[in-house]
Amino acid sequence: MDPLRQSPSPGSSRPSSPRTPPCEMFDYVGIEAVLDQLKIKAMKMGFEFNIMVVGQSGLGKSTMVNTLFKSKVWKSNIPNLGTPTPQTLKLHSVTHIIEEKGVKLKLTVTDTPGFGDQINNDKCWDPILGYINEQYERYLQEEILITRQRHIPDTRVHCCVYFVPPTGHCLRPLDIEFLQRLCRAVNVVPVIARADSLTIEERETFRQRIQHNLRSHCIEVYPQKSLDEDTNDRILNSKIRDRIPFAVVGADREHLVNGKCVLGRKTKWGIIEVENMAHCEFPLLRDLLIRSHLQDLKDITHNVHYENYRVCRLNESHLLPQGPGWVNLAPTPAGRLATPQSSKVCQQAQDDAKDEAY
Amino acid sequence: MAATDIARQVGEGCRTVPLAGHVGFDSLPDQLVNKSVSQGFCFNILCVGETGLGKSTLMDTLFNTKFEGEPATHTQPGVQLRSNTYDLQESNVGLKLTIVSTVGFGDQINKEDSYKPIVEFIDAQFEAYLQEELKIRRVLHTYHDSRIHACLYFIAPTGHSLKSLDLVTMKKLDSKVNIIPIIAKSDAISKSELTKFKIKITSELVSNGVQIYQFPTDDESVAEINGTMNAHLPFAVIGSTEELKIGNKMMKARQYPWGTVQVENEAHCDFVKLREMLIRVNMDDLREQTHSRHYELYRRCKLEEMGFKDTDPDSKPFSLQETYEAKRNEFLGELQKKEEEMRQMFVQRVKEKEAELKEAEKELHEKFDRLKKLHQDEKKKLEDKKKSLDDEVNAFKQRKTAAELLQSQGSQAGGSQTLKRDKEKKN
Repeated sequence: MDPLRQSPSPGSSRPSSPRTPPCEMFDYVGIEAVLDQLKIKAMKMGFEFNIMVVGQSGLGKSTMVNTLFKSKVWKSNIPNLGTPTPQTLKLHSVTHIIEEKGVKLKLTVTDTPGFGDQINNDKCWDPILGYINEQYERYLQEEILITRQRHIPDTRVHCCVYFVPPTGHCLRPLDIEFLQRLCRAVNVVPVIARADSLTIEERETFRQRIQHNLRSHCIEVYPQKSLDEDTNDRILNSKIRDRIPFAVVGADREHLVNGKCVLGRKTKWGIIEVENMAHCEFPLLRDLLIRSHLQDLKDITHNVHYENYRVCRLNESHLLPQGPGWVNLAPTPAGRLATPQSSKVCQQAQDDAKDEAY
Repeated sequence: MAATDIARQVGEGCRTVPLAGHVGFDSLPDQLVNKSVSQGFCFNILCVGETGLGKSTLMDTLFNTKFEGEPATHTQPGVQLRSNTYDLQESNVGLKLTIVSTVGFGDQINKEDSYKPIVEFIDAQFEAYLQEELKIRRVLHTYHDSRIHACLYFIAPTGHSLKSLDLVTMKKLDSKVNIIPIIAKSDAISKSELTKFKIKITSELVSNGVQIYQFPTDDESVAEINGTMNAHLPFAVIGSTEELKIGNKMMKARQYPWGTVQVENEAHCDFVKLREMLIRVNMDDLREQTHSRHYELYRRCKLEEMGFKDTDPDSKPFSLQETYEAKRNEFLGELQKKEEEMRQMFVQRVKEKEAELKEAEKELHEKFDRLKKLHQDEKKKLEDKKKSLDDEVNAFKQRKTAAELLQSQGSQAGGSQTLKRDKEKKN
């Protein structure tokens, strides 16, 4: 059996309290079997993941979702010429169950057709914020029941992927407004959509400008710097933060390249391979969202964003309309849900921005 | 693999979509496990049993270590609970283990209230968790969970049946905690007696309606082993921290003149089964049951006691917030009433004091008046006396002048006769 060490595990987020003496065990006990128990339980219960894609129409949101989950989550919706553009923003959710190697995932994708498509886009983020808060509210109502269910169904949005149009310049006012409001309520991952219209150098400059914009407006996107738990996390997440926003290309058709069948977009001047790191950064996005940080996204939604919502809700409940049971929540103005952390972050960001200017 | 939760939702209208390639979320269980490992686990065991049944030794044997603590005396006036927390580490898994032991259980002459401190302790842990959960600003994911996950009830190896103290205590505890009864110091019972003893115990528990913890049999991977173990309850265990050389290995054992009892030998005792069940197979299920069954029951009772309801008489669901509001207003109203009362009492007191002071003032005034009058009388008397004295002086003066006049007249007329007569008169 492995020799036992007394040092705490490197990723430990809880320091042992001073009165708990570490005990050395003389032989194998079998505590680590609890990990297997956890795994079995998790596999049996299945996982849930709720993702929201936001962006103007035509940026390839539906295709991106199909590419991410390698399945026809959205049936291809080429807009008819006959259907009028929606006057108001209506959110559209679909839920699927996908299974891989025994792991069942209940995936809910929420789309926002009509975002930013009107002439006057004032307050177009309100329906989205309202939807996100409604999910938190639903969870809160379930949680405060006297007799509550064993497993509360989780419909809270774990991740919001924001599609930035590839202008090549910088973030537009609409983007900035939206990101500012949303990053306090949900984990936001901005991506540069349709990146095949930018060359590699243009991509880099665009990325730098966007990062600068984000810093100067105190927008904290996922992975949030203030939520890094220890040095390992910080190192890992800094690498990711350097590359945010990812420049992605979505495709759901397969083409033959060098004898292999790859997902890609075929153009007259070549085939853009979606999963080729030299062509676009889709693999990074996929790894972040699914392979490495999915659980972290859910945890941060539950421990940080949901708790913030709950604090505001419980403190200000006398301001909200009373009603039978389920209280209908008007879309909360952004100022309300500001966390006390944001002012610290803002200070830091402004200092950073100042440093960079010199 | 039967997934009851997911299957239900399929019925509700989500479709299963086939995947065209490797997406990668099969790493999800690993992500979850890594997160849990970095947070660490915590496990709390309560050992209930009479003094001297080997509770501390069994804990040492179970976790292969020497926990600190001295053996308890038999002279405790009441039942107390002693709790110790330890940090155990095995490969990369950290476990925060809390062991709570009853001290003085079963030692008193009158044991009617022996179970009360235990029940209060368990409730206190639930209460602490509930308070944390109800807070507005809470940190549940870093909260050190102190709720008892498993209760090992040590039964004395009489070989006959359960004592009434055991039955009463177990009946009180079965709805609050997962009870695993074990027969302690079972090297004192022979094999045939042991089977009879076990049967007797299980039948007594069943006939008294005591719900002991059953190992879960709904998951296929552990159903079989848990099922067989359920039949072996209560486990007959022996604890020992001494190692003896048996054959060519060092093993934990107890040496008697008539032989050696090996702790880890399944033919000798059920220690290995206990360790398997408690730690290696069902630790997580124990925690889950504590949270989802016992804690929820406590929470429901507590909240109903505090006056919260899920639905009101008109069958319109209440929200907890409205009840909070109502309670808060009620409380504020009470506070205001109390404030009013206090203010009135204060006013009254002030009035009383004022009245007293007025009284005193009045008295003083009266006294002053009296004294003044006295003085005036005195003064008047003195003035009268003075007047009379003045009158006398005047009268005397008058006589004196009259006498001198006469004298001068007499000296002119009769000379010395009057003088003699006056002298005689004067004398």
